[in-house]
Amino acid sequence: MKKTSLNPVVKNLHDKTYNWTNQCVQCGYCLPVCPTYESMGKESASPRGRINLVKMAAEGKIDISEHMAEPIELCLGCRACEIACPVGVPYGHMLEAAKDAIAQSKQQKRENSHFLLKNMAMNQLFPYPNRMKFLGSTVWLYKKSKLDRLIRKTKLFPILSEPLAQMEKILPPLENPSKRLKHGTVFPAKGERKVRVAFFTGCIMDSIMYKVNRLSIELLTSVGCEVVIPNHQTCCGALHAHQGATEKAKELAKANIQSFTQSEAEFYVNNAGGCGAALSEYDYLLKGDEEWAETAGEFAKKSRDISQILTEYGPLPFIKEWKGIVVYQDSCHLRNVQKVYQEPRQLLQSIPGITYVEMEGANRCCASGGIYNLLHFQESMKILDKKMKEVIELQPKAVITTNPGCQLQMSLGIDRMEASENIRSMHLVEILAEACGLT
Amino acid sequence: MNQEALKKIKTIIPLERIFTELAELYSYSYDASFGEYLPEIVIQPKNASEISELVKLANEYLIPIYPRGAGTSLSGGPLPVKGGMVLDMTQFNEKLVIDRENLLAIVSPGVITGDLHKKAEEVGLFYPPDPSSSHVATIGGNISENSSGPKGLKYGTTKEYVIGLEVVTPLGDIIRTGGKTVKNVTGYDITRLIVGSEGTLGIVTEVIVRLIPKPQARKTLLAHFAHLLDSGHAITSILSAGILPSAIELMDNACIRAVESFSPSGLPVDADSIIIVEVDGHPAAIDEEIKQCAKMCRNSGATYVKVAETESERLKIWSARKMVSPAITQMGPTKISEDATVPRSKIPAMMERLNRIRDKYKLNLVVFGHAGDGNLHPNIITDKRNIEEMKKVELAVSEIFEAAIELGGTLSGEHGIGTLKSPYMEMELGKSGLYMMKKIKEAWDPNNILNPGKIFPEKDQKRVVFV
Repeated sequence: MKKTSLNPVVKNLHDKTYNWTNQCVQCGYCLPVCPTYESMGKESASPRGRINLVKMAAEGKIDISEHMAEPIELCLGCRACEIACPVGVPYGHMLEAAKDAIAQSKQQKRENSHFLLKNMAMNQLFPYPNRMKFLGSTVWLYKKSKLDRLIRKTKLFPILSEPLAQMEKILPPLENPSKRLKHGTVFPAKGERKVRVAFFTGCIMDSIMYKVNRLSIELLTSVGCEVVIPNHQTCCGALHAHQGATEKAKELAKANIQSFTQSEAEFYVNNAGGCGAALSEYDYLLKGDEEWAETAGEFAKKSRDISQILTEYGPLPFIKEWKGIVVYQDSCHLRNVQKVYQEPRQLLQSIPGITYVEMEGANRCCASGGIYNLLHFQESMKILDKKMKEVIELQPKAVITTNPGCQLQMSLGIDRMEASENIRSMHLVEILAEACGLT
Repeated sequence: MNQEALKKIKTIIPLERIFTELAELYSYSYDASFGEYLPEIVIQPKNASEISELVKLANEYLIPIYPRGAGTSLSGGPLPVKGGMVLDMTQFNEKLVIDRENLLAIVSPGVITGDLHKKAEEVGLFYPPDPSSSHVATIGGNISENSSGPKGLKYGTTKEYVIGLEVVTPLGDIIRTGGKTVKNVTGYDITRLIVGSEGTLGIVTEVIVRLIPKPQARKTLLAHFAHLLDSGHAITSILSAGILPSAIELMDNACIRAVESFSPSGLPVDADSIIIVEVDGHPAAIDEEIKQCAKMCRNSGATYVKVAETESERLKIWSARKMVSPAITQMGPTKISEDATVPRSKIPAMMERLNRIRDKYKLNLVVFGHAGDGNLHPNIITDKRNIEEMKKVELAVSEIFEAAIELGGTLSGEHGIGTLKSPYMEMELGKSGLYMMKKIKEAWDPNNILNPGKIFPEKDQKRVVFV
């Protein structure tokens, strides 16, 4: 333990995580639900193993960047282990603290991710057109969004962004950006006004999937919601927190809390599982902050996924049948963090004419994991391909998701199976809108 | 690690299944007990011949070998206490064959027990041993530790179902014991010797287990008691009335309180104990049996009896029992889970002794367990960083074992001896009894290669040392 007092980063990790790591009784109940334990088959790729490594690092027995970093970075952060844990270890929080420590430790050692990313890009990406295509589309999202600038400041993509930006041109055509939601707008409820909600546009959703955002508003207003798009809202900060940039995440959270608190809405609605999870945990993120803790708590309580609101204030005005089989792939952060899994299923089953089939392993992470699929492509694809076998077997017309990362990952998976002609990857909002005759 | 030996290992096992990095070694330094020992190398074998070669090599270079399943052991079974080589058996999991005609299953050691349950049930069969870790633990680990679970009352432990094994001996030979027949009296029963030998006599590489027809239905009841002794009477009267429930579970007052404060669900916090009784079998029979059980609970003084009418009511009853572990760990990070077992008629006496131990050492001690078979789980909740309290825990644990033995019971009902109970072996077995076991170990494993440091106490070790 001597070492902990010598090194401030280790001491900090110890202070933040040691009690959590001691909470783990090492029973192993998390092993069967962990997608990376399944794909990699070793203890250091399991939640129990990772918790132990954080503990070892906090005790100074192993080095943060030399030994702890890789197993931690290989975690998808899907948090399925939290649901399985019989003693309630807050794994997600521990993971973020560990990522924070890795970032600090690398800074301390004057290392940064340039070298690793460059190497990966050179060896693992550029020679493979399919991977580049996929990477391109994802990085393009960052470029188009405000998040791009922030990410660049954190020096995550200094090497990658430039060449990958070139890939922009191979992306499919998008809806005219003039249709993008304008902040500050209020959309009146269609028919009776039941509730006022504030809509979180997100950054990826806002930059490329703004059609889903626009359709979200139409669905919300059609069930009687008056929807306001709060001004000055920004990125939720999830990616920053996951990559160890906690301070930046806090800054973004405060901006959002301020923006939404002024909206006078009863609920704050989002349509991206990952963002929603971050928003619903602002209370945790800001819990030590005297000035913000209370409002953050209120903010988190009001945060809702769109499927919850549509279920509560529905039914939706369906006018068309949707013929064919659909399967649903849970967003981990919607299911495991926000505990929302029934509502999307109920909504899908309520579509006239549809054949909803529950997919084996729908609750298991698709390995999109924020930008995991960029940083750990091979590991991600192993998990994705296994999932795709389940998908293909059911021969669905569409795979439905509730998070942009998952949706892109599903597109990629379908593409890898050469099934793009038969299977669509859709956001829940898109299929609901189709059945409501909205285009 | 001897460099020459390492070089040879690399000719036996592909590199991607050999781990020597510090992070990987620490990842196999623990199990679900506590204790931390760093191995020198971790290997994931995938077949018997790889293991055979590794064991031969280990004998040549005198490297200790520790077979390890999913690491759910509560007694320290797979811990590499003398350094050396951990064999992570979880990837040795290809075979899972259900032989319906012969009512048996043939499985690789790394197969998860829960998967065996599922496969057997798909064809209407049943593998009864059901440790609560069965969705994680491997069948090989279960066999080494001779695990069981709530169903032990009616269906017995793992050893009742294992009829054949393939084993790599401590000298590296591959042998077969038993076979596919339920009746088999040829020579010594080495199968039974291996089951529960905790990896000290051989490494299991294939398993043949007996399956039985799956019971058609089950019924469950919950009963509250104002006096613990009354619940003891209820249990004995049920068991002596010719009914054999598939499980009788008991929770004491401390447990009830812990569960209720962890997740309020209307448990009676002023009750001295609650019991859960489950019967299984033919629907007509169990309807009658559960009624009788309810009646006997009432006659023994139960203050409340509820028979579950629906599956969701049944699950609700069990959820209280399942909540015990998470609930009690809220009271402290370190949970010392014992499984001292007494003849069932001695359960009230054992509870009495446990209460006295709790008062004497002023420890957070809760008791729950499989009362129907006398297998109690006294759990002491503490913090291993609190040195002073841990010293008291050491003494309390010793007294728990003494109590169990004095009442005609045993050190372990299902968790095994491992590192945590080895100091008490002589207390139960006597000098000569322990000597015979040691002689067997020496004869099988002259170089003390397989799982050294387990089961047998070190010289002059009289009690477990936590600090």
